[in-house]
Amino acid sequence: MLEFLHRPRTRAQARAAIILLAVLLALLPFLVEAGLGRSWVRVLDFALLYVILALGLNIVVGYAGLLDLGFVAFYALGAYLYAWLASPHFGLHLPFWVVLPLGAGLAGLFGVLLGAPTLRLRGDYLAIVTLGFGEIIRIFMNNLNAPVNITNGPQGINLIDPVTIAGVSFGKTQELFGITFASAHFYYYLFLVFTLATLFIAYRLQDSRIGRAWVAIREDEVAAAAMGINTRNIKLLAFAMGAVFGGVAGGLFAAFQGFISPESFTLWESILILCMIVLGGMGHIPGVVLGAVLLTVLPEALRYLGDWQRAALGEVVVDPGDLRMLLFGVALVLMMVYRPEGLIPSRQRKREFHAEDGVAAQEQASLYDSRA
Amino acid sequence: MDIFVQQLINGLVLGSIYALVALGYTMVYGILELINFAHGEVTMMGAMVALTVIGLLLGLNPELSGLLVVLAGVLVAIPACMLLAFTIERVAYRPLRRAPRLAPLITAIGVSIVLQNAAMLIWGRQYVSFPQILPQQTYEVLGAHITSLQIFIVLLCMAVMAGLWLLVQKTRLGRAMRATAQSKEVAMLMGVDIDRVISATFVIGAALAAIAGVMVSAYYGLAHYYMGFMLGLKAFSAAVLGGIGNIAGAMLGGLLLGVIEALGAGYIGDLTGGFLGSHYQDVFAFFVLILVLVFRPSGLLGERVATRA
Repeated sequence: MLEFLHRPRTRAQARAAIILLAVLLALLPFLVEAGLGRSWVRVLDFALLYVILALGLNIVVGYAGLLDLGFVAFYALGAYLYAWLASPHFGLHLPFWVVLPLGAGLAGLFGVLLGAPTLRLRGDYLAIVTLGFGEIIRIFMNNLNAPVNITNGPQGINLIDPVTIAGVSFGKTQELFGITFASAHFYYYLFLVFTLATLFIAYRLQDSRIGRAWVAIREDEVAAAAMGINTRNIKLLAFAMGAVFGGVAGGLFAAFQGFISPESFTLWESILILCMIVLGGMGHIPGVVLGAVLLTVLPEALRYLGDWQRAALGEVVVDPGDLRMLLFGVALVLMMVYRPEGLIPSRQRKREFHAEDGVAAQEQASLYDSRA
Repeated sequence: MDIFVQQLINGLVLGSIYALVALGYTMVYGILELINFAHGEVTMMGAMVALTVIGLLLGLNPELSGLLVVLAGVLVAIPACMLLAFTIERVAYRPLRRAPRLAPLITAIGVSIVLQNAAMLIWGRQYVSFPQILPQQTYEVLGAHITSLQIFIVLLCMAVMAGLWLLVQKTRLGRAMRATAQSKEVAMLMGVDIDRVISATFVIGAALAAIAGVMVSAYYGLAHYYMGFMLGLKAFSAAVLGGIGNIAGAMLGGLLLGVIEALGAGYIGDLTGGFLGSHYQDVFAFFVLILVLVFRPSGLLGERVATRA
């Protein structure tokens, strides 16, 4: 999708493409609202949020090759910190530009805390430990309402302050420069800024010394260490970096929703984010972006199943809410069976998947995620 | 002391169910190095099918002996789950046998979602209750209570595990399974039909899961379309705790996890001065799991795998 930005034919073409993309992104919420209705602007917001999350997890899983199934814990930490510092729950109302960095810092700290003891673990063992960590955080959020009420338990925290910039509260519908902006529109632009920043950081990281060190560790940890890479610090950095993005996304989510509860931070959320990465093309930024957008939009689009049933059969036979998750599962299976490398894989991965048998076996043997 | 014995008993009962489910994970992992995420859902399906059969039979004749009715339920659930697991392997895992490890993990998750939602469509969102038809007697041991159902569950699980042990150690199929787990290529050269062995592994694991599903729903008195998720997670943790791929390890890990959880839930209130209550039971299980893995990354009975050169 963003491929043409990589290999522009000429400078002018590149400039034209960027301007076109910028205009499209700026107008998108209004186009979507006109075409599909207000609720789809919210879907768009969520898509951006998931792009940030997926890019964060992509650092850990895609670059460094550390299978993390507890990513949602960092998302939860960011969201809860935002809720604690900007809601009537503790009576604190700090502005979002104070809370968000704090949330990012807290998540990053927990990323290191989780990373440190798990450095020796590999593959599936790492997956199950991170999964356990995610569940522990969720269970604490669910139960820390007695004897001291910290998280308000399963009811969650309500009335979280919306983001306010230059006196404009993003929580209400307002008119600016003669255009009516709803809350979802404001957040779209806010999230877009954060998404673009995340994209920028992700690209810069990928080509940096650290990014290449991550890939080296993913491909062969022993060889990476022999080349003088401090594998311990670099792996910890991957955990911390991924967690920071998770924490930021969590804070944005809390402000956007105005309400959070442990139910938003289950293992399924971690799995969904992982699916976005794998479906799109692991370790490849355009693929990850596409995966995140698709998996956010697809379940929403499947909500129309009720209408289709009514149109085709005259009545709603099966509740669309139940059916859409079923179809989502089917889509995951089909996708993996027919295109396991993802929709937009990196050139290297594509080669690994489609090389001739002998070469493929050799390449796969040197890949962290293949069967030995 | 009574609390200790009581929780020990509860833990052993729960642990033996965990062990049964954990065996399914560990056998598949031993051969394919695949986390069969859908295994928990197969367990749930076993419970649901059995409950449907039990309901039907009781509807026909409420006078039937409870034990026989449950037995009939189990006997239908086992082949149903076997068929299900066979299909899952064929459709979702076999085409991906040469793909990187994450691909089958995602299909496993996809299958999991499909099964959960299919169960929700068939049996609804509500809890399905397990009729009180099994004879319930309570015995006293060292000041603790133990019901006949608990004894039955532990004995049945032990018997099934002993049977599995014999199957794996003594039969031709078992030998083929062990050979395949060690090296697929060499096993193939020795004339082992790998595809058949892998199918058999899935099917055997599913049979154990069906039994475990019925037992757990009988123990708690209910079943739910979502019950397989947490059960599967715990069982997988148990398998990892014991050393994944190791059959004895799964049994040990299951029992240990059950006991740790029960004791943890029993004492966590006293230990923290009432700050944390027994609803932190799950935290305890995962916390111990993390500790064990940090100090013994290959699990309790797992082989120490040397770092790949």
